[in-house]
Amino acid sequence: MMLWNRTRKVVTWWVVTFVTGDDWTVAAAVGAGLLATWGLVRAGVPAWWLLPLVMLGATVSSLYRTVLRERG
Amino acid sequence: MNTPVLISTFLAASIEVIEMVAIVVAVGVTRQWRGALAGTLAGLVVLAVLVAALGTALQQVPLSPMRVVVGALLLTFGLQWVRKGVLSVSRYGWAEGIGERQVEEGAGSGFDWTGFLLAFRGVSLEGLEVAVIVVAFGAGDHAIGSAAIGAAGSVLLVGALGAASYRFVARIPRRALQLFVGALLTTFGTFWANEGLGADWPGRDLALLWLGALYVAAALVLVRVVSYWRRGTPRRVRAQQPLTEGGFR
Repeated sequence: MMLWNRTRKVVTWWVVTFVTGDDWTVAAAVGAGLLATWGLVRAGVPAWWLLPLVMLGATVSSLYRTVLRERG
Repeated sequence: MNTPVLISTFLAASIEVIEMVAIVVAVGVTRQWRGALAGTLAGLVVLAVLVAALGTALQQVPLSPMRVVVGALLLTFGLQWVRKGVLSVSRYGWAEGIGERQVEEGAGSGFDWTGFLLAFRGVSLEGLEVAVIVVAFGAGDHAIGSAAIGAAGSVLLVGALGAASYRFVARIPRRALQLFVGALLTTFGTFWANEGLGADWPGRDLALLWLGALYVAAALVLVRVVSYWRRGTPRRVRAQQPLTEGGFR
């Protein structure tokens, strides 16, 4: 039981630190961007432009929501 | 030798090594140097073993799927640093350092085990992020040696600066550095993830240059934009908000 709790804590810390961070929607956008790129590549459509666009959009959106939260 | 990987890991590692040095110097100055340095050494050995074990294991994995995984990891991690950097720089300006650490004073005459543990914990926790970055960069381009040399160089250089003058290290604008290195991690993450998925870049490796320029320019614009968005927020309220709402710093 103690081992399970410790393992869960370590996994949670790792996921929060390296994957979700302070905004899980950005991690979700990364996942969606990768899936969409993969889909376009499979369909034979040039897709190099998609991921940078999604990353910039997710960052702007995340920052805007953070500022909104600060305002209460 | 893979120079882009070496330089990138050097810069990314420096962000965490500044924190490490701050903790070790604070423990050394206020408690005992012998315990602090022994704890540092123990922490660095643990990290070296971790990087060697993970790095060797990941060398065997095929490059394309590895690049997708590593790219996704660098993207989520890099974007976190960009966001934290933008939020911090737009609030406190470019010159904000980490300041001086407070550590409870008072060690006996023998070996300071508390100081040892404080330094060990600081070095191994901060270093874990360095280890992940080294392994990710090393695996993404099958260049674990270059990545390890970059990180080791950072430990040596920032460590030497900290030994010479802690105040200098405390004044390094860590958040501003974090913003630029976050853009760098995001650049490599985007590049490798796309390559792994089979989406070819126009200009091939040269895409790293314009992609990096794009992300840095976007981050600089966002600093201005976030400052503008915050104009309506009273400074007192802003100061009460946590710097980041996430699980680490």
